[in-house]
Amino acid sequence: MEAIIDLLSWLFLVLGGFFCITGMIGLIRLPDFFTRLHGASVTDTLGAGFIIVGLVLQSGFTLVTAKLIIIMGLILLTSPVATHALAQAALHAGILPKLDHDETGGHIAGEDE
Amino acid sequence: MFTVALIAVLISLVLAMIRAIIGPTMFDRVLAVNSTATLAVLSLALIGFVAGRPEFLDIAILYTLLNLIGTLAVLRYFHPNEN
Repeated sequence: MEAIIDLLSWLFLVLGGFFCITGMIGLIRLPDFFTRLHGASVTDTLGAGFIIVGLVLQSGFTLVTAKLIIIMGLILLTSPVATHALAQAALHAGILPKLDHDETGGHIAGEDE
Repeated sequence: MFTVALIAVLISLVLAMIRAIIGPTMFDRVLAVNSTATLAVLSLALIGFVAGRPEFLDIAILYTLLNLIGTLAVLRYFHPNEN
């Protein structure tokens, strides 16, 4: 039983580290501000989620688990709020999404198919 | 096993700081600092487990709340309806 929990914990922690690095590579390499928001969201949801599940498996039914769940809930509450506010502020500041072929004449990328 | 995840989180912190330094617009820098704060929370939790001192989790909770307040406080300066 102990070995199974250790194995699952290894799996979740390694997956969490992988998604953290993936999201940050996206933050470096993606071409546009709005696509970089997507890269940062990968780190905030999948990376943090997997790492905290791995830690919860190691700590068992203690106060530490309650604190970890509080941290995960706070991250899941605050990260979309910060991302939404950031995207709205960037749009109002005049940063437009980068398109393949710009036919909209300065409009926001939309439903013009 | 916590050390492996901690090393991965620290590599991610370096990448986020690179974007915060080279970011072409101000919003890229704010986004990178926001990601940095999330990764700092994760690294605080992992350091608590590596060192065997779970008191670090209280600091992590505090840092999560400061992250939201800090980001929204920076973005208040750029809101269009600000008088």
